[in-house]
Amino acid sequence: MSVHERRLDSEITERRLLQSTVEVARHVFAAAAASVFLVDQETGELVFEAVSGEGEQHLVGTRFAPGTGIAGWVAASGQPMVADEVAAVPQFAHDAAESTGYVPRSIMAAPVIRQETCIGVLEVLDRSATWRGDLADVDLLAMLAAQAAYGLELLIRLREAEAALPARPVDEDVHELLQRISDRVPRNGRAADPTALKLLAVAEELLH
Amino acid sequence: MTQPPWRRERREHFPGVPAWSLATSQLAPEEFGVSRLEDVTREWAWGDNGSGPADGAGVRVCVLDTGVDAGHPRVGGLERSLVVADDDGDLAIVDCDPVDPAGHGTACAGLIRSIAPAVSLTSVRVLTDGRSGSGEALLAGLRWAIEEGFDLVNLSLSTTRSKFLPTLHELADRAYFRRCVLVASAHNMPVVSFPWTFSSVISVASHDEPDPMTYYYNPAPPAEFYARGVRVPVAWSGGKEIRSTGNSFAAPHITGICALILSRHRWLTPFQLKTVLYLAASNVVASKGDAHVRA
Repeated sequence: MSVHERRLDSEITERRLLQSTVEVARHVFAAAAASVFLVDQETGELVFEAVSGEGEQHLVGTRFAPGTGIAGWVAASGQPMVADEVAAVPQFAHDAAESTGYVPRSIMAAPVIRQETCIGVLEVLDRSATWRGDLADVDLLAMLAAQAAYGLELLIRLREAEAALPARPVDEDVHELLQRISDRVPRNGRAADPTALKLLAVAEELLH
Repeated sequence: MTQPPWRRERREHFPGVPAWSLATSQLAPEEFGVSRLEDVTREWAWGDNGSGPADGAGVRVCVLDTGVDAGHPRVGGLERSLVVADDDGDLAIVDCDPVDPAGHGTACAGLIRSIAPAVSLTSVRVLTDGRSGSGEALLAGLRWAIEEGFDLVNLSLSTTRSKFLPTLHELADRAYFRRCVLVASAHNMPVVSFPWTFSSVISVASHDEPDPMTYYYNPAPPAEFYARGVRVPVAWSGGKEIRSTGNSFAAPHITGICALILSRHRWLTPFQLKTVLYLAASNVVASKGDAHVRA
């Protein structure tokens, strides 16, 4: 396996770790959605890195301005917070919430802390009312945030390592490349990604 | 003989251990030995002395947070509104419009006002850029508040950065000796942070009962008191109100109660104030001539 393949492979593992944290968070709170934001250390923006539930199809990669809403305050202060009955409050970054396609009634959010820095925020929208009690909810959320910290830390390390790697060599043996592509095309009649197929067709034309 | 709570080995901080609050509606605070100074009661501390109950008049409180929306009906006006501004690397405290882009500071100020209606509130915005790395702004704001001679400073925030530890320690001690009492919320996460862990401040975590004047002494610090912190109705930006949970909202309850006590007993030192707070705590006050809790 080449260094680039290992890189792709581990990106998948690290994404899955983060994704599994938000899945667990959504399910233990029987919530509408759970997500992890990364705090961009340059700009202070919040970036969706993993989403379970409402918006999971399209939110990853979406950015919010620094200090936006509950998640913004949690990132700035490093303190978790639970806010109920937020729907009527314009300040709750209503615009940001609407841009995600979902306006929640309640939000709970905890900072994701790596060493001494807040690197992200774990947020749970519209948890169910249950027997747990609010203090237990905050404790549980904080513990899940500690898990998310490991997931996010691995992802950050991976990206740092990636940035340090040399670009893929252009004089790579084309036959090895074709072999790798061939290995990835699904067999047993399952359809491959249509965009990838189109690009391969273009490549074939160019090689004429 | 088993160790009393305050001699118990302090538990390790590591991820996976719940933080500091206590669900007192389900779990009774543990028993501990109490030596009472019999004259101090809630009545003495802030009750009606013939000219009405204590209201915080004459006490100046500084809220270090995200700013405060002075126009919010629950806030009831500010003495001053300031922000820590970055002037080419030099941090300066300058006057600013009384606004709160995040809502959190407004919530804290409204809670203090709800307990001590006549108190004077000043806001210093130290959380500005959406990142937790702005501990420098917190230090600058805190230093300013201590020099300005506020009686109480509400700190519903903390920093996890150890590089700020020595300076914060020094500032907290300075505040203590200048009779500027720092009321700090305990971190809701099982992480090491400051200044709430210092003995020179009054640190507050949450209980989960609805009465704003119910608070408990915790015989196993560093979080010394539990105050209302669950589903608290709080002011938020835009003249709105939400219900919010977190130690951030427990600390302003104790700040408000301290303002009541100081408005009635002007010359209490910080250690006396903490003593009065302790003696008037819901699990320490005498009941039928006896303390609620003993060894």
